[in-house]
Amino acid sequence: MSVHIRSFPRILKHGIAGLALSASLACFALPASAQTLTAVMQSPLRALDPIVSSAAISNTHGYMIYDTLLGMDAEFNVQPQMADRWEVSADGKTYTFFLRDGLKWHDGAPVTAEDCVASIKRWGAVDVMGQSLMGLVTDMTVIDERSFSVTLDVPTNLILEGLAKIGTRTAFMMPKRIAETPASEQITEHVGSGPFRFVSGEFQPGIKVVYEKFDDYVPRSEPASWTAGGKVVKVDRVEWIAMPDALTTVNALLNNEVDFVENLPYDLMPMVESNGDFAVEFLSPLGLWTYYRFNFLHAPFDNQLVRRAAMYAVGQNDILMALTGDPKFFSNCAAIFGCGTPYASDYGADIVIEPNIEKAKELLAEAGYKNEPVVILHPTDNAQVSTQPVVIAAALRAAGFNVDLQSMDWQTLTTRRASKNPPSEGGWSIHTTTGPLIGITNPLINQTVATSGEKAWFGWPDFPEIEALRGEFARTSDPKRLTELSAEIQKKVIDEGVVVPLGQFVIPSGFSTKLSGVLKSPVAIFWNIEKAD
Amino acid sequence: MNAAMPRYIAARLLATIPVMGIVAVVVFSLLRITPGDPAAIIAGDSATSEQLEQIRQSLGLDQPLYIQFPVWLGQVLSGDLGTSLISGVSVSSMISTRFGPTLALSTSIILFSIVVAIPLGVIAAWKQGTLLDRSVSAFSVLGFSMPVFVTAYILVLIFSIMLGWLPVQGYRAPADGLWAFLSRLILPTLALSTAYIALIARITRTSVLEVMGEDYIRTARAKGLRERAVLTRHGLRNAAVPIITVIGLGITNLISGVVVTESVFNLPGLGRLVVEAVLARDYPVIQGLILLFSFIYILINLVVDVLYTLFDPRIRY
Amino acid sequence: MAHHRDSQMSMADADIEAADGLLAAESSPLRTAIRQGLSSGPVMLSVGVLAVITLAALLAPLLWTSDPIAIDPATRLRPISPEHWLGTDAFGRDVYSRVMYGARISLLVGLGVTVTAVVFGMIIGIVAGYFRSVDSVIMRFMDGIMAIPGILLAIALVTLSGASLLTVVVAISVPEIPRVVRLVRSVILGVRSEPYVEAAIALGTPAPALLMRHMVPNTVPPLIVQGTFIFASAMLAEAAMSFLGVGLPPEIPSWGNVMAEGRAYFQLLPGLILYPGVLLALTVLAINILGDALRDALDPRMAKRL
Repeated sequence: MSVHIRSFPRILKHGIAGLALSASLACFALPASAQTLTAVMQSPLRALDPIVSSAAISNTHGYMIYDTLLGMDAEFNVQPQMADRWEVSADGKTYTFFLRDGLKWHDGAPVTAEDCVASIKRWGAVDVMGQSLMGLVTDMTVIDERSFSVTLDVPTNLILEGLAKIGTRTAFMMPKRIAETPASEQITEHVGSGPFRFVSGEFQPGIKVVYEKFDDYVPRSEPASWTAGGKVVKVDRVEWIAMPDALTTVNALLNNEVDFVENLPYDLMPMVESNGDFAVEFLSPLGLWTYYRFNFLHAPFDNQLVRRAAMYAVGQNDILMALTGDPKFFSNCAAIFGCGTPYASDYGADIVIEPNIEKAKELLAEAGYKNEPVVILHPTDNAQVSTQPVVIAAALRAAGFNVDLQSMDWQTLTTRRASKNPPSEGGWSIHTTTGPLIGITNPLINQTVATSGEKAWFGWPDFPEIEALRGEFARTSDPKRLTELSAEIQKKVIDEGVVVPLGQFVIPSGFSTKLSGVLKSPVAIFWNIEKAD
Repeated sequence: MNAAMPRYIAARLLATIPVMGIVAVVVFSLLRITPGDPAAIIAGDSATSEQLEQIRQSLGLDQPLYIQFPVWLGQVLSGDLGTSLISGVSVSSMISTRFGPTLALSTSIILFSIVVAIPLGVIAAWKQGTLLDRSVSAFSVLGFSMPVFVTAYILVLIFSIMLGWLPVQGYRAPADGLWAFLSRLILPTLALSTAYIALIARITRTSVLEVMGEDYIRTARAKGLRERAVLTRHGLRNAAVPIITVIGLGITNLISGVVVTESVFNLPGLGRLVVEAVLARDYPVIQGLILLFSFIYILINLVVDVLYTLFDPRIRY
Repeated sequence: MAHHRDSQMSMADADIEAADGLLAAESSPLRTAIRQGLSSGPVMLSVGVLAVITLAALLAPLLWTSDPIAIDPATRLRPISPEHWLGTDAFGRDVYSRVMYGARISLLVGLGVTVTAVVFGMIIGIVAGYFRSVDSVIMRFMDGIMAIPGILLAIALVTLSGASLLTVVVAISVPEIPRVVRLVRSVILGVRSEPYVEAAIALGTPAPALLMRHMVPNTVPPLIVQGTFIFASAMLAEAAMSFLGVGLPPEIPSWGNVMAEGRAYFQLLPGLILYPGVLLALTVLAINILGDALRDALDPRMAKRL
């Protein structure tokens, strides 16, 4: 359906002919429009490889066309999905997985254990939790067509948590030939075993993505809950349309030109709420968190007291108000693993939530701050992260910091962020961003608490004690000890300012009331949704 | 049209090669020295430096410029514009997909602007100095006094939301239905045409006024020709040269530069592609687009220059 | 900066000016222009509007404004009130202050771009028009610049040296320069082939004297006219760049970025776009009217016809 270069008279002729043709065909064709669900997602989809790309939209795309061995339900429990059951050896170190019946790839071939093992390896090469996992794996063997085993060197259920985790870089299953693409290259074929098929002929990057129901998908019999249970598709097609302008998106929804908007702009929510033909819901109950990161390599934030001063200066409410506009959308939270999750702890709440300019000034003086410039990176083309830096800049200035707020497009920012130079030579001091809460719920999947220095995420904090705690976490299976370890990590992270939480917020979705069965889930899912004619 | 025309055209076409060459080199270098890393767009926010380096290597971006450029040049000369670094889709298919909407919008704007503006300009010239003339001038200038997105929002508010006559956004190919195609072009055309109408009307008015002072016009009048015939048969024809120039420039601008309109009305055109590709540092796409735009620009210039000779036999190359 | 602002191109005006400029040197255009202007209603009105806006811009700190970058998220998106004469924006900043201070920046952008484009365009145009040998090389370069979409240049320039007033001015100026070059060059070419100039060359008159006494003055009237249009389109271009996220940082308020930041709220609080928008429209309108009047006045052929 791609539009080729044509001469205008031909277009006109084709157009008139097309009109006549479609009028006559209407008698014979199915009422196609009723079966297509049109959605405007949080950002346009460009990078299609959900293992290479850590973007949330790539992950959502992944859940459309791929399936996972294990799922996670709304109680954070691991549930079977492609793997019907698993057996644990007596010593707790070997897990054997058994695939269920009827699993097929979109090209018709059956799903085999070999495919799964290859997919796990590729995932494990790049994903933060996967890497921790692979560090513990001593052996992965294919037993037969439909079963394989994984042996670890310690008894831990990390393997289950890892294979079930939602958030960036989910362990999606792909055919072996595709999974053998090195993890540094994007895959070029998009074949999965999920409930939708990717229609590559209609894919226009940055404009439109088209999915069709995969008729040979066999859903599980349990009811759907997050990414567990039966994924029953009730429409024929789903189209994701990219829409650059926020106001146009809302108007398009209200004009029934699209059915579903994943992220409604907060201030425009009343326009949709007041219209009875549309529903506004917070489909992702956990929502997102926003946080900022110091650059540990250079002054002034190589000094722990200066970091603490900044943490006292910045208050969460100003940030969250500027970001969302209404307290009903946000909540304060000091937990680096997310409030409302199993490993949350609130150590540090007195420092990071309310601003305390006086204390900040005290600490600055104590630290001997010599007015070194604080370069705050400010992206101008990314709505979710463009307000925080402005508010942080104002707060730090009030505390006496010498702030240099530098505005740039996101691309330039990501390059600048990767620079280890001093802030005034093309480097940076503070970087802000957001992320889905589901992606930070324990010390292994939360990338921001990996403190391996040069190899860590941007900011490069280096704290071997924290790494040791994380390592122990990976090797422990006693739930009590896991909670203790998480609390210890929380304390150390706050004390050193490894990452500074700025609070949590939820984003409303808007959709036509013609849609029913829209499920709540940390990642947008399109199974179970029915569209009325 | 004289006998030297084919040679002239051939010479001009040959001259495109150095221009495009310069453009290619300049843009290539500019892109490579601007900070920005397509690997970061591919890998997303949670990527580590290590992962980014690996991706960069697999894409060949860590090679020095003097190796990257000939590689790309070689590809282009063999007809391959490469594939997008981010999505893996071929550059030529990305461009051809977006060409349709761009062409449709540009054509409708130019046609609409010409149809409205030239008569306006002629009337203003005819009634020069009167209130009609001044109000046409003032009104047309108002057309490009506001940024396009403001005009666009106002139009959408009135015609889509309050009156419900037209869709808010989107593009439908003509094959999907004539009204579906046309209805989505009306508001974007109106939003952008105001500027072009203003410009073309002014140029028309100015040129016609100049031409009307010429001797041959006085002669035509003396011969008893009615004023309207004087205007259309003689005045307009000779005034055509600057008008054609403006239209030509308009076309090039429309093909490459209407990203604001495309964003507000969600038209999948080339303007948006340029900006998105630049913001994502998707080098092959940007380079392919630049080649296309410079070629179109040169071609339009050539067509305009040739058209000059049709309208004004004094012009000769 | 035609390519990304979707509006005026002043190229064709330039072509016309080129022809007209030749004749302009024969009278004392400026005095005629002023005399005509003083008697024309629209012109006087335009001058008045521009004077008021410029004055407001200069005196911004004294006009009961507050800090234009002071944020207060608790009071965001409020309508007109006694504390905030034009309401507040999405960060709780005072819109009135931002619009007043924004006038400075927008006018500065217009002025900066105009001066830059005219100065550089003039120099390059004179060289291209006078020295045959480098003419085609220069013009091919100018063609090359014109073929590159302005947005690409803008983003590249802005990212190379960071978003600031200077880089934005440069980014908008660069695509305008080739048009000025064309204009100046064609005037120079025209004058150069006049018999009296050829005679002067034959007599051995040094080039600088020739240029200054005969050629350069001819370029001034069309350049003034061209300059007014560049001024207006530069202000609009800045708004478009802000819309795309590659304009001035929010710490430097301008009409363009106040509008761009407020655009999502158009149907809730249209003022965010309309207050700076109306001022921008008035300024652009006034400048264009002045430019038109200048051109009409400086062209004796037009004057004769009246």
